[in-house]
Amino acid sequence: MRLHPVRSLLVLALAVGVALLPSASPLEAQGKGTIKIATQSPLSGELAALGEGIKLGAQLAIEKMKGPLEKAGYKIELVPFDDQAKPDVGVANAKNINADKDILVVVGHLNSGVAIPSSEVYKEASLAMISPANTNPTITDRLLPNVYRVCGRDDVQGAVAARFAKENLKAKSVYLVHNKNQYGQGIAEFFQEWAKKNGMTVTGFEGTEERANFDPILTPIKAKNPDVIFFGGEYPQAAPLFRQAREKGIKSQFMGPDGVDSTELLKLGGDAVVGMHFTTVAGSVKEYPKAREFAEAYKKKFGKDPEPFAAQSYDATAIGLKAIEAALKGSPGKTPSREAVAKAVRGVKHAGITGNVNFDEKGDPKIATYLIYQVAKDWKDNKLVKQLDIPTPAAPKKS
Amino acid sequence: MSGREPVTGRAAITHAAVLVLIAASATLVYALPRSILAFMSFQASLVVVYYARLPARAKLGYGALILGLVMPFLGSHNAYYMEVAIQVGIFVALALGLNIVVGLAGLLDLGYVAFYAVGAYTWAVFGSPQALKLFPTATGLFPLDGWWFFPFLALGLAVAAAAGVLLGLPVLRLRGDYLAIVTLGFGEVIRVLANNLDKPWNVTNGPKGITPIQRPPLFFEPALRVLGFEVSPFALYPLYFYFLVLAVVAVVIVANRRLERSHIGRAWEAIREDELAAQAMGVPLVRMKLLAFATGASFAGIMGVIFSAKQLFINPESFTFLESIGVLAMVILGGMGSIPGAIIGASVVTILNLQVLKGLSLWLNELRNAGITILGYNLANLPSQFEPAKYERMVFGIILILMMIYRPAGIIPARRRRIETAAPPEGAAR
Amino acid sequence: MDWQLVLAILPQVVIDGLVLGFMYALIALGYTMVYGVLELINFAHSEIFMVGGFVGVEILLSLQSHGWLGRINPFVALILIVLAGMVVAGLLAVAVERIAYRPLRSAPRLIPLISAIGVSFFLQDAVRLTESLWRNAFYLTYPSFAVLNRRIELGQSIDFSVKSIVVIAASLAMLVALQFLVKRTRLGRAIRAVAEDQPTASLMGVNVNRIIALTFLIGGAMGGAAGVLFGVQYNTINPFTGFIPGIKAFTAAVLGGIGNIPGAMVGGLVLGLLEAFAASYLSLFTGGAFGAEYKDIFAFSILILILIFRPRGLLGEVVRERA
Repeated sequence: MRLHPVRSLLVLALAVGVALLPSASPLEAQGKGTIKIATQSPLSGELAALGEGIKLGAQLAIEKMKGPLEKAGYKIELVPFDDQAKPDVGVANAKNINADKDILVVVGHLNSGVAIPSSEVYKEASLAMISPANTNPTITDRLLPNVYRVCGRDDVQGAVAARFAKENLKAKSVYLVHNKNQYGQGIAEFFQEWAKKNGMTVTGFEGTEERANFDPILTPIKAKNPDVIFFGGEYPQAAPLFRQAREKGIKSQFMGPDGVDSTELLKLGGDAVVGMHFTTVAGSVKEYPKAREFAEAYKKKFGKDPEPFAAQSYDATAIGLKAIEAALKGSPGKTPSREAVAKAVRGVKHAGITGNVNFDEKGDPKIATYLIYQVAKDWKDNKLVKQLDIPTPAAPKKS
Repeated sequence: MSGREPVTGRAAITHAAVLVLIAASATLVYALPRSILAFMSFQASLVVVYYARLPARAKLGYGALILGLVMPFLGSHNAYYMEVAIQVGIFVALALGLNIVVGLAGLLDLGYVAFYAVGAYTWAVFGSPQALKLFPTATGLFPLDGWWFFPFLALGLAVAAAAGVLLGLPVLRLRGDYLAIVTLGFGEVIRVLANNLDKPWNVTNGPKGITPIQRPPLFFEPALRVLGFEVSPFALYPLYFYFLVLAVVAVVIVANRRLERSHIGRAWEAIREDELAAQAMGVPLVRMKLLAFATGASFAGIMGVIFSAKQLFINPESFTFLESIGVLAMVILGGMGSIPGAIIGASVVTILNLQVLKGLSLWLNELRNAGITILGYNLANLPSQFEPAKYERMVFGIILILMMIYRPAGIIPARRRRIETAAPPEGAAR
Repeated sequence: MDWQLVLAILPQVVIDGLVLGFMYALIALGYTMVYGVLELINFAHSEIFMVGGFVGVEILLSLQSHGWLGRINPFVALILIVLAGMVVAGLLAVAVERIAYRPLRSAPRLIPLISAIGVSFFLQDAVRLTESLWRNAFYLTYPSFAVLNRRIELGQSIDFSVKSIVVIAASLAMLVALQFLVKRTRLGRAIRAVAEDQPTASLMGVNVNRIIALTFLIGGAMGGAAGVLFGVQYNTINPFTGFIPGIKAFTAAVLGGIGNIPGAMVGGLVLGLLEAFAASYLSLFTGGAFGAEYKDIFAFSILILILIFRPRGLLGEVVRERA
């Protein structure tokens, strides 16, 4: 095989033609240019449903609220990225996003394990990241100037779950299982911390990556017969775990965090998960009076009900758009810098469909909502058992 | 690749064409920052240089021009390309390391990323506050200063090589296919350990990963400032890592070439072709296999150290079995035992993963959003699961199967293999 | 240490281990038979197993969507899906052999092994692609049967489900049938002949290609049956389910002595029991310092130890080095 340079020049000429084809049209945008908002969420893999919701929520927000910016002469575009729920992919995408100067705001991610390294990359370009779903405290506790979230935190969520187990479910003992990822282990640890402090017996704390055979974990649980089993993790594991637990004759009550909040939990878990409780930072759309219109528009446009975090993503995107508008006012006539946008986010006060958001100095919402649901036979009938508005804990002391 | 040729008219045309090609593709990349095809044509110019009818020295010169000058320039214009180039470089080094084990010595190692992980964790633990969880009293010492990064390059290499010997000692007496399964198991063991050693002693911080990891110091920054360049560290680090990776890759290539042509390399190839015969000819089997294992592992170890510093954050998810297979696919695609093959294989697979598949996904998404109808089928109805970026396993699988069936020697067969297949000894059907 | 607790869960751990062990034994048959005949680690066998599991769940789900599931006897449905899983998985194994291994039969040993790894990866994503296009989900759940989930109580703390008995009985029956087939029939003799010496067998009038295909068919069918039983037992299946059980089953085959059918069974049982014990008790014995998550390490360490100290396995013969 010998490639001749002259021949390859010809091939190159051909490639140029092809390369120009897809990129030619967007370049000739009318007016002052294009402003892009990127989403990063898993569009593939087992969490694709949630990630897709984040993407579609952002898409809807842009369509509804791009008016003012379009009037100012900009074309607004959504650029969805698939982080595959993997840190490596998220970081590589983040570099790609940094390189596209039109992107002024990132809405994402779903997984805290991806968001943390990726946000370090956004920081390099002073690019604002507004998270609709990352609940890990580390996200904002690093005090990065460009990182925000519109939802609550796991330290609070874990404590809320533990407190609910003790006070409402009257549980005296609890067995904690987690999925060995950053999110699941984290929330199980916060649960454990509160439970131990408040006189509950933690009969076990076990991590597992297993997805099918939970026998060896369930056998000791059955013997110890805890009042509550809490699974820190996501529904693809939670559903078979709880199902096998019931089949083994375990009578404990089941609990989980927001990671199990998906219709898939019921589909995979069947009767075993009916009656279980889960905490979440993203209530179902019907809990928010203002969100009905959103839910209808979403269903009309995409043909399905909004997944959890779709509404949060809608709000996060709206906040991003508002920040861009604010930054535009600060520098009339030219496209605002990323830094200006990132700064402007802090000042945005947004009456969103999932609640009023204004940010504290870390980038957390000053007050966040935590909800506890009980799973019903039909996912739509899930009962809201408790709703709490809890102020976000202050920033950690710098050691 | 022969020595000097007189500069004839034909050679002049070739030189000119190469230069025009480099210039044209670089301009394209500059002008179309988001076009994947433009960047691929730029990468192709390197391949053209390799195959062009030019003296070796000219090829080296052009290669240095592309990699040392044009690429950093484009990369500082568009940081994403720098990232792609760094990742390609990392995987080239990994593929070259695995090439020694699989390609030269014929030992199928399915847990190769374990050594990469060992290197990465070596620096990550000590170059971050993580070390304080192990030695809470040493607040003055940890995290280690950025300068320690350089000694740790050597340490990562040594630790990984030691891990290779440790694994190799008991298992290298096994038959080839058993070895494959044992190395696979070893790879999983390392990953599971990394995922679980947050208790009883917190060594790896478990699934939460380790962050922030120290980067090597920008010791040349004052010099740049004196020269009048005011560059932010964010812009400097990609370039810095690019050249670091490039330097390591260069060292690895040189080491590979020298090893291949030494008596050690020939012993490895003898083992690969026929273990019994090699032993009969006096090749010390276990020692040679251990050497291959350790050498391959050490390349992965040094890249691991660089990877963790570049990434600032590592957790066990970066070191899965899929990664091992990915590196194996690179070696197989390029050609087992072939150095240029490993380089090409690593570049192609990495770019396929990072750019082509993702680019296709994004493009499909745009089409879906636009809702264009083709042949009566509205693209908006395309199922959301149909995203090319999701199917890297399938891509690896197809590469492995097709290469084995149709071209087991790879895109660029190893020299020795090329010689063999050109003139087969009579009656030999392998 | 809570000895009372340790004793209380002992019977349950043994049953868990037996169920798991028989599952490993069934999968291990596929590895051991193919290795016996071709000296190839059929890396794709774990995916054959997984495909079997998907066949079972697809049949049950489509029965369910037509509303027929409630009307058939659960045991009839079970036999139906096991048979269907066996047929599809067996045929798939034959196809894999024809496409990816046969062209490479004379190549050096690493070549078909790498091709096998490729097939394994390809099948994982192929199943994922089809399932996600077909159901827009690739984590699927077996519909459950009340009869199979009923628990039989023996004494106060010991009870086990009907389905674990069914799984054990079905596996045992298949293992015995296979042993009979290989040891007592003409076909079995042909398989053993090909395993012993291919050229000679072919001179004796054995159609080697056909026998190899048959070996794949039988091994694949056993894997498929294991896949369906796995789904019934743990009621969940996804395209990546096969990988870890596959490696463990291979470990079991090596443990028992590769190429040896009773060996696969013994190896499977030993490994299943060891794993169940390790996973259930590790956390109890170490006060939570180590947990069930180390069970995979445990299995791999056994593999390494066996290969170092007794490479021919518990029941195996000395493996000759063939050129």
